Amino acid sequence: MSEQTIDLKKRRFLTQATSVVGAVGVGFVAWPFLSTWKPTARAKAAGVPVDVDISKLETGQLVRVLWRKKPVWIFKRDAETLKSLESESLLKVLTDPEGSGNSKNQQPKYVTPNYRSIEGKEELAVIVGVCTHLGCSPTYRPEPGAADLGGDSWKGGFYCPCHGSKFDLAGRVYAGAPAPTNLMIPPYSFVSDTLIRIGVDPVTS
Amino acid sequence: MKTYIRIKLLLVTFFLSLSVLASGGELHLDEAHTDISNTASLQNGAKLFMNYCSGCHAISFMRYNRIAKDLSLSDSAVAENLMFAGEKVGELITTAMPEDAASKWFGGVPPDLSLVARSKGTDWIYSYLRGFYPDDSKVFGVNNKVLANASMPDALWSLKENQSGAEFDQSVRDITNFLDYVGEPAKLIRTGLGAWVLSFLVLLFVLSYFLKKEYWKDVKYGIWRSRD
Amino acid sequence: MNKKQNWIDQRFPLTKTWNEHLAKYYAPRNFNFWYFFGSLAILVLVLQLVTGIFLTMYFKPDAANAFTSVEYIMRDVEWGWLMRYLHSTGASAFFVIIYFHMYRGLLYGSYKAPRELIWLLGMALYIALMAEAFMGYVLPWGQMSYWGAQVIISLFGSVPVIGPDLLVWILGDYAVGDPALTRFFSLHVVALPLILVVLVFLHIVALHAVGSNNPDGVEIKKTKDKDGIPKDGIPFHPYYTVKDIMGVFVFLIIFCSVLFYAPALNGYFLEHANFVEANPLQTPDHIAPLWYLTPFYSVLRAIPPMFGSQFPGVLAMFVALLILAALPWLDRSPVKSIRYRSSPFKWALGVFVISFVVLGWLGMEPVTPRNVLLARICTFLYFAFFILMPWYTSIGKTKEVPERVTE
Repeated sequence: MSEQTIDLKKRRFLTQATSVVGAVGVGFVAWPFLSTWKPTARAKAAGVPVDVDISKLETGQLVRVLWRKKPVWIFKRDAETLKSLESESLLKVLTDPEGSGNSKNQQPKYVTPNYRSIEGKEELAVIVGVCTHLGCSPTYRPEPGAADLGGDSWKGGFYCPCHGSKFDLAGRVYAGAPAPTNLMIPPYSFVSDTLIRIGVDPVTS
Repeated sequence: MKTYIRIKLLLVTFFLSLSVLASGGELHLDEAHTDISNTASLQNGAKLFMNYCSGCHAISFMRYNRIAKDLSLSDSAVAENLMFAGEKVGELITTAMPEDAASKWFGGVPPDLSLVARSKGTDWIYSYLRGFYPDDSKVFGVNNKVLANASMPDALWSLKENQSGAEFDQSVRDITNFLDYVGEPAKLIRTGLGAWVLSFLVLLFVLSYFLKKEYWKDVKYGIWRSRD
Repeated sequence: MNKKQNWIDQRFPLTKTWNEHLAKYYAPRNFNFWYFFGSLAILVLVLQLVTGIFLTMYFKPDAANAFTSVEYIMRDVEWGWLMRYLHSTGASAFFVIIYFHMYRGLLYGSYKAPRELIWLLGMALYIALMAEAFMGYVLPWGQMSYWGAQVIISLFGSVPVIGPDLLVWILGDYAVGDPALTRFFSLHVVALPLILVVLVFLHIVALHAVGSNNPDGVEIKKTKDKDGIPKDGIPFHPYYTVKDIMGVFVFLIIFCSVLFYAPALNGYFLEHANFVEANPLQTPDHIAPLWYLTPFYSVLRAIPPMFGSQFPGVLAMFVALLILAALPWLDRSPVKSIRYRSSPFKWALGVFVISFVVLGWLGMEPVTPRNVLLARICTFLYFAFFILMPWYTSIGKTKEVPERVTE
């Protein structure tokens, strides 16, 4: 037998110190593993701004492009449609026509109210075509008064086939639809009169 | 039976190629002395590569914006200095040369150089690029000391004529350095990170050493075996 | 805490398992350096499983995309290069550890009765690990992957009578190609890891049932105190857990030095030619398997074709591997540990180790007349170690084995 006694305090300290530093080490190791799930350089490269040539876009026509793997609609509205977007009869059937409630973050600050498009180019709508309910892509139904969508109360817009959400031609959601918010307006800007760049805010002077 | 002959052929070629290699003697390569931590050299190498090499050779595992980030260049600087054909910064660096034209001009598609530094080594690239000499019997009027009958013109000839010997060597070294980086972009951070990881492990080792020593006092001084 | 433990213990033998394998598993107190490698092997197995899971998320088992997807991991996936290097360095580290682990068995006679089954399970593990590593090396679809697979699988074609059909069946094609790649992928990521994990489990269960051997080769269970605890035993936990943790950090320091400063280890861990995509039209100038398979590859090359067939060489290669499993029955010595062995055994073991290392080195070297001669001598010595073992282990004078462990 030896005279040696065990210093339990020292033992506990060493155990704790090793455990704590070891746990930090485990954290350091976990980080790269979890990071591999972030979008890769390829995914990011595919998420860069998309340029769309609109020189051949006619009034009433809608084109779809992919931006960050999501459909984006670009369509041209006539003066009559723009006017209807401000009409009292439409505004009263929408959930959040001002985009000030739940839909506060659904559009960039620089778009105009009601038209939800860039000033001076009000007729061109750029909307992310993903229903805010569960992610389906609504269909384009521009004809006002379509019988299957409520007749006279339908001013033209988008109809989601999955759960029946309705949106007007500015992407605002109708009251009573399962979708909680208006459709998303992506950041976009005009490179020239005929070229829209989706994903980049306009340069403010 | 056919398969059988094929195996034998395979093994024979295999051993033959080994013995050829053994008897052929070692090829002399000049040492490249590249330094991947030298950003200026990498930047210059990138510029030279894009001007003199990328017309024919792709580095198609590499993205423009990765080079921008790693070599401390802005995306716009890369767009101005390194990009030609209106590509996007996130794109892979391919070559503009159509494949059938390449086959007609060079008898094959010039190889992608993304990994040449890993398969051949930096010394090889450095020696190869400096190894062209005039040889009128060849299509391009040149031959190469490192790769005999290389079906490639001396792409750097104008550089060679306008620079002193030392300057030219440095230019080639920069291109080689850039290709070394292209072969393994992670190399830029790997060694630096390694130092941190190793220091951390040394700390853990020291702690665990004392922990072990502390616990083993029981064994050493017979406290565990007190029943003996 | 205690309540929770009781709740579980009534439904699952948690405390019992903990005690049987750690807190009340009594291991000899005289373990030395050679006894670190068992726990290190488990560590590396876990490392390979985890990094493998993450690599599988981005790897594409498709001849057209495999090579590109590996470079995609190396560049475009965040930290992908670290996953890949952990896995590739881990593969070689695994074999370094396993070779040390097996050599420990030879040194201290750990394969001898009553541990024959542990040794056999270990041999099964070793063979499964070789298959795992070989198939894993095919996946990046570089030149070495391709031609290495071509050569190794062609060996099966030399089997008499059924060879050619067997070859086509293994490949699912007439040469190495997409079908071979996808089936190797499946085996590499699903079947063999499962087998490895099960075998490791059995290996440890068998070990803990019999008890660990030690550098003295003394059975500690023969001398127990009044509580039935071996007098030379100490509980695995905490004593060997803290010791093994220390060993883990020493290992990790060496491992990370390679990983961060020389992940290809000058072509030994990742071969240069494997950075060129597989090309069925052109064999690389110099091809060799990775270092851990080369001793057996050398045996293959050392045997000349006989009766117009490569088969004897192939046979010799597999026998060289399988004969290791016969050790418990070839060794007639009354003692286990090298410390008390007769000198003929010590000489034989020394010659065996040298011939194994030289064979390994030769397997990476080109074939020259000198190398062939050397490979033949070493192959002869390699087999002599086993074939003559019943003889040289029964001659010479062994030292007396103490009752209790020394130190």
